[in-house]
Amino acid sequence: MTSHAWLLLGTFLAILLLTAKPLGIYIANAMEGRLRAVRPLENLVYRLCGIRADEETGWLRYALALLIFNALGVVAVYGLQRLQAVLPLNPQQMAAVAPDSAFNTAVSFVTNTNWQGYGGESTMGYLVQMLGLGVQNFLSAATGIAVVFALIRGIARHSTATVGNAWVDLTRATIWVLLPLSVLMALFLAGQGVIQNFSPYQDVTTVETTHYDAPRLDASGQPLKDAKGNALTDPAETRVQTLPMGPVASQEAIKMLGTNGGGFFNANSGHPYENPTPLTDFVQMLAIFLIPAALCVSFGRLVGDSRQGWAVLAAMTLMFVLAAWAAMNFEQQGNPQLAALGVDQSASAQQAGGNMEGKETRFGIADSALFATITTAASCGAVNAMHDSFTPLGGLVPLVNMQLGEVVFGGVGTGLYGMLVFAILAVFIAGLMIGRTPEYLGKKIEAYEMKMSSIAILVTPLLVLLGTALAVMAEAGRAGIANPGAHGFSEILYALTSAANNNGSAFAGLSANTPIYNVLLAVAMWFGRFGVIVPVLAMAGSLAAKKRIPTGAGTMPTHGPLFVTLLIGTVLLVGLLNYVPALALGPVVEHLMLWLGA
Amino acid sequence: MKTLLRPAISLFVLLSALTGIAYPLAVTGIAHLAFPDQAAGSLILQDGKPVGSRLIGQNFSDPAHFWGRPSATAPQPYNAGASSGSNLGPLNPALTDAVKARIATLRAADPANHAPIPADLVTASASGLDPHISPAAATWQASRVARARGLPEAEVTKLIDAHTAGRQWGVFGAPRVNVLELNLALDALKH
Repeated sequence: MTSHAWLLLGTFLAILLLTAKPLGIYIANAMEGRLRAVRPLENLVYRLCGIRADEETGWLRYALALLIFNALGVVAVYGLQRLQAVLPLNPQQMAAVAPDSAFNTAVSFVTNTNWQGYGGESTMGYLVQMLGLGVQNFLSAATGIAVVFALIRGIARHSTATVGNAWVDLTRATIWVLLPLSVLMALFLAGQGVIQNFSPYQDVTTVETTHYDAPRLDASGQPLKDAKGNALTDPAETRVQTLPMGPVASQEAIKMLGTNGGGFFNANSGHPYENPTPLTDFVQMLAIFLIPAALCVSFGRLVGDSRQGWAVLAAMTLMFVLAAWAAMNFEQQGNPQLAALGVDQSASAQQAGGNMEGKETRFGIADSALFATITTAASCGAVNAMHDSFTPLGGLVPLVNMQLGEVVFGGVGTGLYGMLVFAILAVFIAGLMIGRTPEYLGKKIEAYEMKMSSIAILVTPLLVLLGTALAVMAEAGRAGIANPGAHGFSEILYALTSAANNNGSAFAGLSANTPIYNVLLAVAMWFGRFGVIVPVLAMAGSLAAKKRIPTGAGTMPTHGPLFVTLLIGTVLLVGLLNYVPALALGPVVEHLMLWLGA
Repeated sequence: MKTLLRPAISLFVLLSALTGIAYPLAVTGIAHLAFPDQAAGSLILQDGKPVGSRLIGQNFSDPAHFWGRPSATAPQPYNAGASSGSNLGPLNPALTDAVKARIATLRAADPANHAPIPADLVTASASGLDPHISPAAATWQASRVARARGLPEAEVTKLIDAHTAGRQWGVFGAPRVNVLELNLALDALKH
């Protein structure tokens, strides 16, 4: 790893950890209704919507409310896509999206996955982008924040039947947490060059004429092929470049802050109109971790012991540094196959060097590898470089990050509730070792909690491994593979991992906009999201009902280095036990073949 | 159930209007006033007509121009209507074949240049629209461009230096040269 890469990582962590405390305190205050000045405005929302803000509910009703609210989102996003041809704000006259793709995209944005089977600039009109996808960027993130606050209340309260009011939590998370941050970030991005307009696409006359091979199409617009299956082409030339336009900055801001990751354009944050400068890139990386890091502080504050929050944050940070080091290191090593051709991949003051396939010059290696680590540690899934072209072990890092359940900072809300489930598992394992009843923050951990945390932890590996097996066995599944050999298997494993963990990044060579993948991945996304949220809420309800037991001599402290180590060990152990065989078949084989020259 | 549906639907509509209409419109309005050039795409105008964007790369193959990153967009390179990377894996023979062909083209255009070719000049970018190359990739092409234009190489090198941006604030990103701006400056030398 170059000294610049260390400097970049250090700067990133320093700024992130400095913002965590003030923002964490603000979020805790906003969510618990302590922002008095804005109370009248909030009450107006409740009155308009017929919400009784002072009425709290038990976990089941809370979960039902979230499920209904999110199901409405699926219907709305699906409908907007299917009707976009007749809706306004569609200057490029994009046609209605196909039913399977529209369904996949609807589930994808509602579950905070933002997996994209389509290319944004050639599929979605401006109204669908902002009123369909943009709205879900806010609401899916708000759902994550709501769930984690329900869980925190479950831990902090005792002997009560309620965990909060879902409507109030959704409202506060959207209006007081996500919206103000988004406005600030959108304006910053717009100032840096991210476009923000409603103009039709802009034609420009380029400096040179481009000569290329245009595919020959039949009457229905399908490409023609010769007897050998090669595409038929005709020589063509153009001096016109069509620049895409749209309200990008506003979408981009919440895409990062809400750990959504769905790009306005196909190339996502690799596109210069989404991410024009190294500075916007850095701010985007920061935005991904901003709320997840701050929520750890909110947690510590609400359970009345800030050390608890810092311990969780410390475990996350340690795992993150390890992953970032690995990704930056392996990408900087470059591709030995290209080195053999005499390509200069050395890092210097004149060039980034390393594995530059699928990376942008302005980001180079360090900022691309760091972005890849951050976007998969969180459940963001935005990319500023194409993960499919990463070196095998450089690409293994994002894969493993997701497979650990995205608890290293993780998604907005989802990261912390995922990590708290692991914390409960960790105290359980420690309890078994010393033969005492496990407890966490004054709550006895019993069979019901262990059942719920087991479901929450096991539902995603089940979806990933079964889904991958299904896709690999089906002819239609294998047909989507773009790269031969072990890498082709990695593409499918990555797709299912990304969907079930609600990440949304891809080894994008895989042709996933087909009925089989659209349906398979939509199922993985939905159950990967709500198959975790429901047991987590159930656990919140059961913890809230428990009596608080005083700390005794046999209580294991959950704020020191011993617990941090135990927590990291638990996360790594569960992740590795689940996925090592699958990883061995993909990236590990590929690495050996690449470097041993098979 | 009814007590859940009413707040669900009304809150959904209200928050949709706020985050899906009011928010993007407000940002557009402010951006339009404060950053009109950036919000409209950082267009480069010549004689009042747009010839490109400072942020979006263009395809160059004339030996007298600097060439940008290889672009994997379809059907033509630097198709701004369909951004895309190659998504080729590191072991894919298609990648090594493509790189070999690019090396051959670069070498054929400048047979006397035996320096190793910088990685970014033979690998496709993430977006297919990368506006930059590394300073190393620009320097590598200086001799070819100078010869094709009948300019002293030192003058071309000076122009590269003038268009080179270092790491932002010394920390962020990588050093780079904007290819379109460099080529427009080269073309302006003639007049």
